[in-house]
Amino acid sequence: MTEYRGWIHQRQKELMQRWYARLDESARTGWPPAICLMISGNCVELLEAFGIVPIYPEVNALQLAIRHQSLGPILAAEELGYATDNCAYVKADIGAYLMGLTPSGGRLPRPALVLCNFVGCNTYIKWFEHVAAFLDAPLYVLDVPFLRGEEPSPADIAYVVAQLKELVHRIEALTGLRFDLDRFRDAVRCSQRVEDLWSRIKHLARREPSPFDAYFDAITLMGPLYVYRATPEGVEFFERALAELEAKAARGEGVYECERFRVVVEGPPPYPYFRAFRDMFARWRATAVASTYSTVGGIWEFGFRHDPDRPFETVALHMLAHNLTNRNYLQRYDQIRRYVEDWRADGVIIHFVKSCRLFSAGQGDMREYLTRALGVPTLYIESDLEDPRYFAEAQIRNRVDAFFEALERHKRAGQRRIAV
Amino acid sequence: MEALIRRCEEIVRDVSFPTVRRWKAEHPGGRAIAYFPVYAPVEVIAAAGMLPVGLRGAGDRLEIQHADARFGSFICSIVKTTLELGLTGHLAPFDGVLFSSICDSARNLCFVLKRNFPELYVDFLHLPHNPESASSRAFLRSEYARLKAELERLAGRRIEEERIREMIARYNENRRLIRALYEWRAEEPHRIRAWELYVLVRAGDVLPVEEHTALLREAREGFARRQVKPRDSIRVVLESAFCEQPPLGVIRLLEDAGCYIVDEDLTLGRRWFREDVPVNGDPLQALAESYLDRSVASSVRHDWRYPRFRALLEKVRARRAQAVIFLIAKFCEPAYFDYVLFKRELERAGVPHLLLEFEEKMYTFERLQTEVETFVESLLFD
Repeated sequence: MTEYRGWIHQRQKELMQRWYARLDESARTGWPPAICLMISGNCVELLEAFGIVPIYPEVNALQLAIRHQSLGPILAAEELGYATDNCAYVKADIGAYLMGLTPSGGRLPRPALVLCNFVGCNTYIKWFEHVAAFLDAPLYVLDVPFLRGEEPSPADIAYVVAQLKELVHRIEALTGLRFDLDRFRDAVRCSQRVEDLWSRIKHLARREPSPFDAYFDAITLMGPLYVYRATPEGVEFFERALAELEAKAARGEGVYECERFRVVVEGPPPYPYFRAFRDMFARWRATAVASTYSTVGGIWEFGFRHDPDRPFETVALHMLAHNLTNRNYLQRYDQIRRYVEDWRADGVIIHFVKSCRLFSAGQGDMREYLTRALGVPTLYIESDLEDPRYFAEAQIRNRVDAFFEALERHKRAGQRRIAV
Repeated sequence: MEALIRRCEEIVRDVSFPTVRRWKAEHPGGRAIAYFPVYAPVEVIAAAGMLPVGLRGAGDRLEIQHADARFGSFICSIVKTTLELGLTGHLAPFDGVLFSSICDSARNLCFVLKRNFPELYVDFLHLPHNPESASSRAFLRSEYARLKAELERLAGRRIEEERIREMIARYNENRRLIRALYEWRAEEPHRIRAWELYVLVRAGDVLPVEEHTALLREAREGFARRQVKPRDSIRVVLESAFCEQPPLGVIRLLEDAGCYIVDEDLTLGRRWFREDVPVNGDPLQALAESYLDRSVASSVRHDWRYPRFRALLEKVRARRAQAVIFLIAKFCEPAYFDYVLFKRELERAGVPHLLLEFEEKMYTFERLQTEVETFVESLLFD
């Protein structure tokens, strides 16, 4: 196995550490102000225009899980009244706040505003109401109409733009900072460039072999994508990341010495067992060539970009139509179909996570569609993205092994339809 | 009176939707539009000459044979039984199904239904979560206008504004009667049993509004004639079963264990507005503004100007309740979340509370009964 561990990982770590250092500084000195927001279809460009540092509770939660620190805060939250069947991201985040636990060991600031960019996930609203209540901080719910049809309507766009403009006034009133349209355009311009680079990286996975894993390695790139997308550091990071991966592709190097299987992964990873989960695929030399999880923050591989000439409108469009969570379930089926066809995958892995009903409710129907209607081999496994109590390692490994064994047999025989 | 209540009970238990079938037989070419809980602008549907029908899952009347494989573990029962209703042909009397932004499972169900039943009109209404923003009013009006256009397409004719205003007036009257019965029940809970009021109001989910209004009037007279004595019970507010419904046996159990249920959110959609929807001016605007500014508090509607935990405490005080019983459907995430802040608020105010979990398919209630009896005793002898 030649898992890539180069400059990208090193630099990603530095950038994330620097972000946590800024949050710590904000907590200690009150400057720069910080605002809580959600990853999905986030409007980080607007914060960047003010020089405000984002706090992403989801990133904090996943960092705790990946460091095997999530169970303590989850239990603390359950003590408070959260149900075992509540989203464990929320429980880990709220529990960690109450325990004073942070992934970096530094402090997290009290947010000047709890900005719920409600993009599809209803749990987001509940979560941020709780953050606002427990931290006694102001809340703004930026209500993004769910994508009921193929495209957002003019009324949908007008509604989101109107709220973004209200939000600008709210931030000005809360922080005393003045909104600077030129700075906003600069932030949007950086995002546009990063999105272009990120999209090119994603398209590199169409090569055979793919030079990176578009699920496990993509997650490494997602931190800078959300925290630094609207900054020159973000542009620099993605320029260099693309150059590295292009060079790797030019040398014909894949994730493994010999790429045996190409899969599409649907659903978030089990962060508490991230390494063990990755190894289950590595032993079969199976590369994820595309993943839906890496499009939670934005879908750019199909062409959408922010536009500095229309900053408010394109921020609204991104929130409405160009991120996974605000698109409807059948559009997700279609996204997976495109990945399977255009990225030439052998099969789809559906990872049902107990915490996230947005992702998981109905994945049985999705499997039915993929196997029956499309004839795509599909593996369905269940665990959780944050709660270590729901990962049955031996059972999952058995299912993964059975799937790839069958896939190998059927690949040889030229058949496709398999469901495990 | 007892016959009327029994009739309502039969109506709400029958998943073959006999009242809908009858209405369609009486209205050749008429269409029935179902809506998933909790709220839908029924006036617009009725103004199209269609029958709006509130879906409430299948309770314990349908074995889940197909839907489990589509929705998997950790998903609430109503989502599965609703799909099961479809997969077993029970949704045949319906021409369309509406969903709204209440939770993630229900939203995905909307699109799963759409794929599996391409002949049905399946739509999703985005009911705004930012009433603080003035722009949410114009947005919701446009959303209702979109629904109106879809229904016009389905009906093959225009929906006149005057007709919507007329329907608003009819539903206002219906809601007014329900609100009055709730007030009265809170005053004399021994006179109107919770399970009776429940089936009476819920029958409105599947009946034309005029017929239901007549039923409510008849029941009002029946309740007034009753000779009843107060029982030795504690006054409780029942909260959190706003979507999936508990078996009737659970509601009876609560009363038999010594609770006067002086308010609940079981049939919230049928009394969604705190006051009448204006019947003058633009009817879609009136419905939109009423939704944003005159709705009852609900775990599926977010309005931080007036947080739900505060609304619950005020309900407890207004109804002079001694305690709150949370009755949460298994895997209902909006209810689970709201419980945390509800609990905090009640504890600050010193209001006792009890948490119970249920599933619509529940056949034995012994454990629940013991929990409720213990809770009631602890309050009675406090």
